[in-house]
Parts: sequence; structure tokens; C-alpha cells
Amino acid sequence: MASSDPQPALLKLAPQDNVAVALRALVAGEVVMLDGVMLDIERATSVGHKVAARPIIAGDVILKYNCPIGIATQSIAAGAYVHTHNVKSGYLPTYTLPA
Amino acid sequence: MSGAGPSQAANGSPSGGSAAESAASVGVHHRGAGPSQAANGSPSGGSAAAQAASVEVQQLKGYPRADGRKGIRNVLVVAYLVECAHHVAREITASFRDRGVHLIGFPGCYPNAYALDMLEKLCTHPNVGGALLVSLGCEGFNKRQLERVIEASGRPVATLGIQDTGGTRKTIADGRAWVENALSTLAAQNTVPMSLAELVVGTICGGSDATSGLTANPAMGVAFDLLIAQGAATIFEETGELIGMEHLMAARAVNPALGAELKRTVAKAAEYYTTLGYASFAPGNADGGLTTIEEKSLGAYAKSGQSRIDGIIKPGIEPPRKGLYLLDVVPDGEVRFGFPNINDNAEIAELIACGSHVILFSTGRGSVVGSAIAPVIKVCANPETWKRMADDMDVDAGRILEGRATLPEVGREIFELIQRVGNGLATKSEALGHQEFILTYKSFEPLGPACLPGV
Repeated sequence: MASSDPQPALLKLAPQDNVAVALRALVAGEVVMLDGVMLDIERATSVGHKVAARPIIAGDVILKYNCPIGIATQSIAAGAYVHTHNVKSGYLPTYTLPA
Repeated sequence: MSGAGPSQAANGSPSGGSAAESAASVGVHHRGAGPSQAANGSPSGGSAAAQAASVEVQQLKGYPRADGRKGIRNVLVVAYLVECAHHVAREITASFRDRGVHLIGFPGCYPNAYALDMLEKLCTHPNVGGALLVSLGCEGFNKRQLERVIEASGRPVATLGIQDTGGTRKTIADGRAWVENALSTLAAQNTVPMSLAELVVGTICGGSDATSGLTANPAMGVAFDLLIAQGAATIFEETGELIGMEHLMAARAVNPALGAELKRTVAKAAEYYTTLGYASFAPGNADGGLTTIEEKSLGAYAKSGQSRIDGIIKPGIEPPRKGLYLLDVVPDGEVRFGFPNINDNAEIAELIACGSHVILFSTGRGSVVGSAIAPVIKVCANPETWKRMADDMDVDAGRILEGRATLPEVGREIFELIQRVGNGLATKSEALGHQEFILTYKSFEPLGPACLPGV
């Protein structure tokens, strides 16, 4: 994370994490620095939601706080939005209302 | 301000040690992250232990009870003993809206040992000064036992049977007269000084989103550490939302046997929810950025702070001494009566039945509930929710995300607010008249021998 950035946009909760959380609403196409690397933000991302901090391969364990929070169901590019469409629980399926 | 705020949301200080000061360090790095790297540089604020030196500790005002416990409120409860008596009980209560008369009850007609035990514990809770029981007359609830237990506790109690009294109108009139009289008895009771070591505090999260685990929950964890350092007993729960945390929790147990028991408790929850087909996870949790139950669990787990885990309790069992306890809310045996907790208030009622005087409730999406019997302190995790719903919220923990406050600061603010609430300050949900209550069927077996080491 650029320590000179007065308002960091993303926060990685542990160095081992492959996802980072948005500290403010991010817009699609925005370029954000994380660990000295430029990330292209894939889509509008609300506060607290996750983006890939580096490329993730299908089957990878998603790490947040250096703890497993699920398994990637497809490959995810760095900067892409990470949520129920590309991650599943290792325990119980996530229930969401039909769109 | 570079480096302030977000870093603390993640990680607090790299303090780590100073276990001698017992309160341990702040933040979430017990999850196994390298302590300081996740934060972006500046060490933040010092450990909770260090903060403990500067926290303000004040005497609370307690209502003394015959069993030696003290209450921070002097509530009169009106309890319906079957749904058929609910309306009458509600009408009795309604005319005392702002006078500390709360409606509780159990809707089922079939008897249930858990429900009886819950109502015994709730009607003799230290925050309760007296109880009126409202029965239809033919239901299966063991009203005589409940009345005996309340009477033995030294509290004023009466049971009104609607069938015997002569119907709705007469029972409401008799009930109101009894409550009016009991309130004058309660009003004559004086408070005595009460210390934090006599306090039991429960914690729950509801309407969680991805900010809950970054701000409000770890801040409440800091408050828990501060409370434990002052000798208070603290309770965290929602074993269905600790799925994935079992190994981390076990490592914090006071001994390995308790650690094994903690893992078993979470495995039981995972199995129970698997049978039901749903995790303890609402669609709004996903809208708020939580992807899986284990991600939600990570946030929920942060409420427990950093202290040693001293034991496991079940609904209606009070922590035997100071420290940190896990309340196992998932029924024992095969799945029988449906979901372990059909909503947040079911769990709040259980925390209160375990003696909690006050409930810390974190919310990201924005829950508005309070509770009968015990004040609920709302800690708002999400700065956007705070802007929309500040009237319902007691603490703005979203400041941590905005860099306007540190995690230790908000933790201390919660700790100090608990003491003001213990001196009679009404929480937002209390002032708004929230007195939600729900009690449903469940079944539990007694605690295993390893659950409360040294007792």
C-alpha cells in the first residue's frame, strides 16, 4: 500500500491475503495502487467488498485476515470483484435472494 | 494522518505480549496474520492493556437482589405463558409503556423444559424486580413451578388465569391493578454501589456486512478485554457463525480439554445447519459484501476480543466467575424444532437468561432492535449506515474506517458507555421503546464436564 497515499482505497488485512477490501466506494475502470502494484478495478465496489489483490486460479483458497474464507470457482484477475459469483464456501452454500 | 485509521481497522498495534496485563493486544491479528504488516506502517494507539491504565472506571448503580446479584434496571415483566394469553398480557403492558414494564412470554401450548428454564431465569434476572404471569388456563406450561421459583427469589409475583378470572376485560383490569401496585413497591427500592466485577455483558452481531468485522466487532472485542481486566464476565455466542473459527478458538481455551469441547461445539453447529440446508447467513449479508459463512464467522469471531476463553455455557447458565465464555446456542441431539435461533432476539434472550445485564450489538446493515429486560447498545460498523440511521445507533465505529478514530479509542468509548448505561443512561433502543422478545422450542442436554474447567 502506498504509505504516502492519504486516503488508501484498498486494505489488505494480512500480507498473505489474495483479496483486499475497499475502504471507499470504487468505480469501474479506476486504477488503484496496492503493494506498489497498479490494479484495474473491474466493477463498482462498495465499502467493505473485496477485489483480487493478485491473480487467483480456480480452486485456490481465498485468504482474508490470512484465514480461508472460501474457494475460487473460476480464475479471477487481479483487481476483479470477488464475491459469490466466483467464490463458494468450504462449509455451507451461501443463500441469496433471486435477482 | 497518513497511516491512521484503516491500519487500525485491520490490526491495532503490534504489541503482542504483555500478557501479564491480561487484557492482551487489540485488533484481529490473533487470526494468524503477521501483527504489523497488514497495517500500513504506523503503530496504532498501543495495546488494550496499555489503554486499560487510562480508562475511566466508575461505580455502577445496582438494585440488590436476594441471591446476591445486582441489576442495572428494575424492570417489571409481564409474561404470557401461551400465545392465547398474548393479547391480554400485551394490553396490560401497554398502559405502562414508559414505566419499565416489559412484555415477554412463550407462545407454545406444549411443555418444553428449555422454555420453562428460560422463563425462570428471565423472571429472576437481576434487572427484573417482579413478574406477572398471564395464563389462559389450559396450556401445558408449568406455571406453578415458574411462580414458585419467582416467589422464592423474593420478587413480587402473581399468576392470572384468563379462564378463571372471567375473560379478557376482567383479566386486563386485574392485571393493570396488580402492576400498578407492584410498581409502587419497585419504586421504593434503592440502588447500592455496584462494581464492574459484578457485571455480565453479552455480545451479538446482527445485520452484519463486511464492515462489521473491520470496525464494530473488533472494537467490541477491545471493550470485552477491558471489561475482563476489571473482573466482569463476558459472553459471546452464535456458534453457527463461528464455523471455520474452531481451531483458532481452541488455541485460546484455558486448557486442551476445553479446546476440544469448543471444536465439538462448532462441529455440532455445522452439522445442525447442514441438516437444515442453510448457514446462519442472510441475503443482506451477501449484499453487504460477505461472500461465505466462514467470512462472516471471521468478523463475528472478532467480538470475542483477545482474552483467554474460560468456558462454554448453554442458555440459562450463568458464567461461574469472571472471564470470557462461549454460549452454545445450538440445540443438542437430532434436529427437532427448526432453526437454532430464528432471529437475533432469540439469541439476545438467551444471553440475558445467562445473566447478561447489558448487550453489545454490532450492526453494519443497520438493525434497530432492542430487547426486553436488558439494555442493548448498538455499535454501528458502517459509516454509510451511521449517516442514514444515527438515531438508532449508540456508537459510530465506522469512524475507524474513515480514519477519524482508532480501534482502541472506539473500544474504550464502548467500555465507558457500558458504565454510563450501568448508571441508568438509556440506550438509543431503550429510549425508542424497543423491547423485542422471542422464545421458541429447543432442547439441550447438560453441559459436558470439560465445559467449565475448575468449577
